[in-house]
Amino acid sequence: MNMVYQQIDGGARFYFALAVLTMIMALGAAAAHYMELEGHHVTGMTNQVVWGVPHVFAVFLIIAASGALNTASIASVFGKAGYKPLARLSGLLAVALLVGGLTVLVLDLGRPDRLIVAMTTYNFKSIFAWNIFLYTGFLLIVAVYLWMMFEPRMNRYIKPGGLVAFLWRLILTTGTGSIFGFLVARQAYDAAIMAPMFVIMSLAFGTAMFMLIWFAACAWTGVVVDAELARRLKNLLGMFIAAVLYMSLAYHLTNLYATEHHGYERFLLLEGGAYTALFWFGHVLIGGVFPLLLLFSPAGRSTSTIALAATLVVAGGLAQVYVIIIAGQAYPMPLFPGMTETSTFFDGVVAGYSPSLYEIGLGMGGVALSLLIVVVALRVLPFFPHSTGSRSTADSESAAASAG
Amino acid sequence: MKGKRVPQSGGAGLARREFLAKAAAATLLSLAPGIRLVDLAMAREADVPVSEQVRWGMLVDATRCAEGCTDCVDACNTEHGLNGSGRPEIDAQYIRKLDLTDPATGRSFSLPMLCQHCETAPCVDVCPTGASFRRADGIVLVDKHICIGCRYCMMACPYKARSFVHENLTDQVPSTPRGKGTVESCNFCVHRVDRDRRPACVEACSGAGHDALVFGDMNDPNSQLSRQLQEVSSRQIRADLGLNTGVRYHGV
Ligand code: SF4
Ligand code: SF4
Repeated sequence: MNMVYQQIDGGARFYFALAVLTMIMALGAAAAHYMELEGHHVTGMTNQVVWGVPHVFAVFLIIAASGALNTASIASVFGKAGYKPLARLSGLLAVALLVGGLTVLVLDLGRPDRLIVAMTTYNFKSIFAWNIFLYTGFLLIVAVYLWMMFEPRMNRYIKPGGLVAFLWRLILTTGTGSIFGFLVARQAYDAAIMAPMFVIMSLAFGTAMFMLIWFAACAWTGVVVDAELARRLKNLLGMFIAAVLYMSLAYHLTNLYATEHHGYERFLLLEGGAYTALFWFGHVLIGGVFPLLLLFSPAGRSTSTIALAATLVVAGGLAQVYVIIIAGQAYPMPLFPGMTETSTFFDGVVAGYSPSLYEIGLGMGGVALSLLIVVVALRVLPFFPHSTGSRSTADSESAAASAG
Repeated sequence: MKGKRVPQSGGAGLARREFLAKAAAATLLSLAPGIRLVDLAMAREADVPVSEQVRWGMLVDATRCAEGCTDCVDACNTEHGLNGSGRPEIDAQYIRKLDLTDPATGRSFSLPMLCQHCETAPCVDVCPTGASFRRADGIVLVDKHICIGCRYCMMACPYKARSFVHENLTDQVPSTPRGKGTVESCNFCVHRVDRDRRPACVEACSGAGHDALVFGDMNDPNSQLSRQLQEVSSRQIRADLGLNTGVRYHGV
């Protein structure tokens, strides 16, 4: 069964998308430039909250990238032919999201001009340095994997290629989670569960992003969304959402078990103001409960309901990452547990952070860059199938699910 | 260069070494003018490299540290040219006064918190480029030329000892080069230590008569620091992390 792929048309719609995305990207670039020129004092960051909104976007995009590859993995590694037509799109989205996320990360450095230093001088003890390899490696591997899909002579290597990409992305997300897991002194991050939690989050965010892009491409090309495939991906998404909620529960329960972390839990779950709100409304309700209800309600069969649920997952995911990154820093690190601490350096108090427009601009610029890559690639290369067709759906759900 | 001050401890040996160093630098000056600055900064017994035999450290005696006194902080700011921007949440603080109260007993005391010059320093471990490094003699530094400003070290430091340079700098002090977009922290006044002088905070504290800070070589059993550490009880802050800090505290 030979799948026929197409490019999206280059009409007014294409140029309009191009113009809008380029504009947002340019604003992001201008914001980054201003931050570099003026110094980070124009941002919301301080010596207490050193990673701000750009990191929220970057981490979200990076882990979503890994999850976006899920569809391709299911097709090649787990041999589910039904997913195969979308494997190219899945690989493309993975690359695009990672490039967007990395760009934000780099532009938020104090010295983005020293990128070359970061690429040439390594401290191999640093998990951060390892991540540089994981990210560049991922781009390379997915690029080769895509080439195997595009080049008929290479098709037979798709399976091993897909397997390498699949394993690599698991390591990549584990690595990203470990960036936080290694911060032993900070109450919010001192948890081994950080890494697996990031893997599960990546599956949920990535699948949600993928479904949105898939639906959009269908609308653009006039291809009818394959209802069967949508149903399966939707079920998968639902499972991932539930798993994220479970992981979050496990994380906070284990924290509640350790007395030394009670302070942080109390802060986050009850008294943290905006963080508490983001946790309960953003992460738990908008990113978890609502989309689950939508997906498994009778209306959950319609594409628009699924799209709404996926959008909620993305919004809730951003809230969750925000809470993990920012609240984790805002909560004071105890130097003398049990004592009250005060200083001119904000010891013992919850640090304030309010994101600046520049940081939000930079983050949005990264998202725009990712989308721009997708749109342009869809235009110049045949990434998108003419139809996903309704092929044999004998593949069992459970096997697909085990891709997680 | 900064005006020279008379070293407060060490006596004749110190003065002689300083003299020799300067003489050597002066000779170099006549040979190659460009080298002078560099050589003077390394003037510590030019033929002896920084050695592992030495481990610089500090003892903070909280019982002598006066509440409300900020002499060490002020001296540090002057020494390193840390002229604040007026926004304390972004201003660099290499050393800060921490006021503590035990809610159970009501006892309160005060002490300076600074980079603890950890032996297994988390900042060094996490730094992707190796900009954060530990000198053989135990002093933890940031190489401002390869720091990319990722701030991972700030996330990792348990003592919140590091600051990020948020803004364009003016009036820098030559002995403490700083850079916008890079991270910095207490360097034990390495430029002084290399010339056998004590860090500015230590000098200021004893100058004010408090003598709450003792600086010296932890590996030299005869140093004042080692003798004090043998005599009085002391502890590491967050000893649970097992970092073997170079700064120890008494009376906490
Ligand atoms: S106190 Fe912080 S900055 Fe200083 S060596 Fe230890 S981890 Fe590094
Ligand atoms: S901010 Fe600089 S010193 Fe700190 S971890 Fe990053 S590169 Fe290393």
